[in-house]
Amino acid sequence: MSEPLLKVVDLYCERDERVLFDGLNFELSEGQLIQIEGANGSGKTTLLRILSGLSSHYEGDIYWQGEAIRDAKHSFLAALLYFGHQPGVKGMLTPIENLRWYAAIHPSLDEGSINSALEAVGLKGYEDVPCHSLSAGQNRRVSLARLYMNRAQLWILDEPFTAIDKRGVAAKEALLAGHVSQGGSVILTTHHDLSACGPVTKLNLDELMGT
Amino acid sequence: MADSRTKTSDNSLGKQFAAVFKRDLLLSFRRKSDLANPLIFFLMVATLFPLGVSPEPNFLAEVAPGVVWVAALLATLLSLDGLFRSDFDDGTLEQVMLSPQPLMVVCLAKVAAHWVTTGLPLTLMSPLLGLMLFLPSDAMLGLMASLLIGTPTLSLIGAIGAGLTVGLKKGGVLISLLVLPLYIPVLIFGSGAVQAASIGLPVVGYLALLGAMLALGFVLAPFAISAAVRISVSG
Repeated sequence: MSEPLLKVVDLYCERDERVLFDGLNFELSEGQLIQIEGANGSGKTTLLRILSGLSSHYEGDIYWQGEAIRDAKHSFLAALLYFGHQPGVKGMLTPIENLRWYAAIHPSLDEGSINSALEAVGLKGYEDVPCHSLSAGQNRRVSLARLYMNRAQLWILDEPFTAIDKRGVAAKEALLAGHVSQGGSVILTTHHDLSACGPVTKLNLDELMGT
Repeated sequence: MADSRTKTSDNSLGKQFAAVFKRDLLLSFRRKSDLANPLIFFLMVATLFPLGVSPEPNFLAEVAPGVVWVAALLATLLSLDGLFRSDFDDGTLEQVMLSPQPLMVVCLAKVAAHWVTTGLPLTLMSPLLGLMLFLPSDAMLGLMASLLIGTPTLSLIGAIGAGLTVGLKKGGVLISLLVLPLYIPVLIFGSGAVQAASIGLPVVGYLALLGAMLALGFVLAPFAISAAVRISVSG
C-alpha cells in the first residue's frame, strides 16, 4: 500500500489544563473523507488548526507523505486548502477583490476561474458589492468559492456548512464527493450527515477526551 | 496537482508582494478616517504647541525640529495598532500564514503600504508644519529628507510591536512600551539633522546614519515581524 497522505501519531493536546485529546492516531489516504465529530468545546477547531500547521501547541508527530510536517512544510502548504473558523473575507473588499487576493497568495488557486467559482456558489450579480453588506452566509460562500478554483489535494474545512442554506449544502456535498472521487482528501468538522458524499470515516473526539 | 506543488518562482513572489500592497492601499482608501487620523494628529500638535507654550518666533524656531519629529513619531505610533488587527480579526492573517510562500514578503508589503499611507504623507506635510513653527527655510530640505529616510524605519520597527501584540485584546499601550525605546535613535538623529540644517551645518552625516538604520531595519525587521506574527496567530 502506498504511503498515507497524512499520518498522525500519538497526538496530545491540552488547553487551559484540560486534556483535549491524548494518544490520537489516524491516517488519511488519497480519496478519503474524514469527518471529525465531537461536542462543542471538544477540540475540533484546535485539532484542525494543529493539522494545518497554524498551532504548534501539541505533542506527537504529524507526517505528510511520510515526511515530518515541519520538514515538508512547503509541499504541504502548497497542497492545502484551509477553511477556518472565521471566513477570512475582508468586509471592505468585493468578492472578486477578495478572491483575487487569495489567488495571489496561494499559487494553487486559479485566478482565471474566479467568475465561474462565484457563479457556482450563487454569488453572481454580487461581484461588485462590498462584502460587509452581504449576509453572513454569503460571506462564507465567498470564502467557499475557493473550493471551486483550486487544485489543492487536501482540504481542511472547519464547519463549512454553517450559515449556508439547504441548496448550498447540497451543492457543497456534491463538490466534496467530486473532490474525493478524483483522489483528493478532505478533513472536516460538521454536525451534518455526510452520507451523500460516499464513504465517510468518522473520528469522534468525545471518546478520546481525557479526564 | 503535481506541478502546483513545486511552483514558487520570483515572479509569484513579486505578484504576491504587489497583491498585498495593492490590497492594503485599497483598504485604507476605502476607510478614509484611518487614513486621515495620523495626519490630523500631526497637524494638531503643530497648531496647539505655540498656543500652549509660547508664540515667540525665535523660541519656536529653536524647538521646531524636535516638535515636528516627535509629532511624526507619535502619529506613526497611533496608526500602528491597526496594521495587523483587522486581518487578525477576520481570519485573513491565518490564510496568509498558510500560503506556501514566505510570510516575510507579505509583512514587507504591509509595512510598505503602511508607510505610503502614513510616513509619506507626513513627510509631504512637514514643510507646512515647519512654516507654522517658524523653521528657517534653509532647514526645510533637511526636515523632509530626514523624515523621508526616517519614517520607513519607524514603520518597520513599529510593525514588530504590532505583530507581537496583535493577539491581545488591547495591545495599544504595550506597542508603545515595546517600540518607543527602539524609536529613540531615529528621533535623535532625525531631529539632529533638522537642527544642523537650521543653523547651516552639513546634514549628510545625520542622513547617512538614518540611512544605515533604514538599511539595517529593512534587512532584519522582516524576520522579526514574521516571527512575531507567527507567535501571535499560533497562540
